[in-house]
Amino acid sequence: MDHAVLILGSLFLLVPLLMVLQTTTTPDLDTIKNGPQFVIGNRIDDNFMAAMFKASGFSGENTGMRMLMNSMILGIGFAVGKIVIGMMAAYALVYFRLRFATFAFWLIFTTLLLPLEVRILPSYEIAQKLGLLNTYTGLIVPLIASATATFFFRQYFRSIPEELVEAARIDGAGPVRFFIDILVPLSQTMIAAMFIIMFVYGWNQYLWPTMVTTDEDMYTLVRGIKQLTQDLEGTSIPQYGRANMLALIAILPPVLIVIFFQSWFVKGLTESDK
Amino acid sequence: MAQVTLNNIRKVYPNGNEAVEPLSFSIADGEFVVLVGPSGCGKSTLLRMVAGLEDISEGTLSIGDSNVNHVDPAERDIAMVFQNYALYPHMTVRKNIGYGLKNRKIPAAEIEKKVQEAAKMLNLTEYLERKPSQLSGGQRQRVAMGRAVVRDPALFLFDEPLSNLDAKLRHQMRIEIKALQRRLGVTSIYVTHDQVEAMTMADRIIVLNAGRIEQIGTPAEIYHRPASTFVASFMGAPPMNLIDAQVKDGRVVIDGDTPVADAQGTGAVTMGIRPEDVEIGPTCDMPFTIDIVEELGAHRLLHGKLAGQDFTIHIGKDVAAVAGPIRISINPDAVVLFDAETGVAL
Repeated sequence: MDHAVLILGSLFLLVPLLMVLQTTTTPDLDTIKNGPQFVIGNRIDDNFMAAMFKASGFSGENTGMRMLMNSMILGIGFAVGKIVIGMMAAYALVYFRLRFATFAFWLIFTTLLLPLEVRILPSYEIAQKLGLLNTYTGLIVPLIASATATFFFRQYFRSIPEELVEAARIDGAGPVRFFIDILVPLSQTMIAAMFIIMFVYGWNQYLWPTMVTTDEDMYTLVRGIKQLTQDLEGTSIPQYGRANMLALIAILPPVLIVIFFQSWFVKGLTESDK
Repeated sequence: MAQVTLNNIRKVYPNGNEAVEPLSFSIADGEFVVLVGPSGCGKSTLLRMVAGLEDISEGTLSIGDSNVNHVDPAERDIAMVFQNYALYPHMTVRKNIGYGLKNRKIPAAEIEKKVQEAAKMLNLTEYLERKPSQLSGGQRQRVAMGRAVVRDPALFLFDEPLSNLDAKLRHQMRIEIKALQRRLGVTSIYVTHDQVEAMTMADRIIVLNAGRIEQIGTPAEIYHRPASTFVASFMGAPPMNLIDAQVKDGRVVIDGDTPVADAQGTGAVTMGIRPEDVEIGPTCDMPFTIDIVEELGAHRLLHGKLAGQDFTIHIGKDVAAVAGPIRISINPDAVVLFDAETGVAL
């Protein structure tokens, strides 16, 4: 019974997922009549096809494939953008003798305390006035500055030995060369960690995509699922099977990203000399 | 190849702390100069000013014929070896050595040729594809040397390069660095707090204390004719014995009346004598009490009291000694006298 707690914990996390999986195999009528069941039905392929390729709106453009692509663009653009901006900001803060570097750092740092929701109206207005509604730019750029990434990269850069910087200076590496040749390769593990965190964070964005996208072909998965359960077209029974299938599909990419980068992450941490 | 001249170089930090007082010296082409001193004496700051990693507050620095006060480190034609090697951890040995050349836009074929030459010189050829983390301390130090050598600079700068190695390896690398410098004939400045490194490697030693030059001289001059009690006690292991003494009637006397050597003047002085310039034997003229005998194999150190003051004697392995009273005599030619107040040699 050594592992009782672990087993209980795993069940706690897995059972809801299994219930979702079960729902995707069952006809929606059974689900609404009987609630959760143990029976595995035969609707999994129908639900999968519906979730991925059937549009639910008026324009016929918000298929699962389309939303998956939009979410991918948002997740990757969000993560890459945050890493690039965070790294460059941290580089400036750590390595350049800026007069107000500490002040600037604290200014950036305090924005950590303000969630998106606080500034969402002005952000929306700016995006709207710039004509960024229903564009990928509008979806990604207003969220891209990251205090978290800047903070983590700053702490990481400060742990890099001063002598390495000096050796590079003597070796004739200018600021740009140093950044690209030394700092970026050294930060690999940090970049991987940030990518995991930021991709998942971006992928799961709900409020901002809901506000800036009104065209159905710009919908992301997370907001599309919500749309689906409210969809009353054709039948008055909510499409539980299809919506849950889409939810499962929405879980997969973040899970894969974590699994893929984790091996990198661990390798980087276990390698000596860092 | 170049001569290096420091003219009234001074370093003051913004907080008003004067790390290096105005000092001047010059280093001849091909000379190996060691800056030695205790922690915080300003030796590293001085080296970093020569390297261009630290701004020079006042004074002028020239390498070769040109003033380099405001020249970027990369343009000073110098190479530096750091205490912690400062190798790029993500690059192979080959890339580490070649990185400085690559940044100077030297064609890849020529870089490869030079890297091969440097690797051969330092016995690193078989490690070229390895990363620094896969090398031992001594090998990493060699890679750091390779990175300096490959550039063929006018000046080598060493910042305590051996202090992270164990004693045996340090001894070996000391010889290797010295031999390499001889072979290449590159002017070198070497910073260390280890007086053995200073003695064994230097053509000329500069002893620094609290941001000031205490003495500049060859290792022999520094050792036998220290310019101050600081130098006398800093250089040599065990250090020079420093004994309170008086000058009376043209002679140095300790303990009231025992004359040791001839001297001019009168009054209190500090007398310095190296432990090996003392003889022991029954016919000698001074009483000495041995407290502890340190057996070092090739020789022995006798620690005890001379006229009530701590004193160390260095004797050969063939001379027997046990704790207790003996008689000693001091070689008068080896005696160095210092002002009792200021510690400056008379």
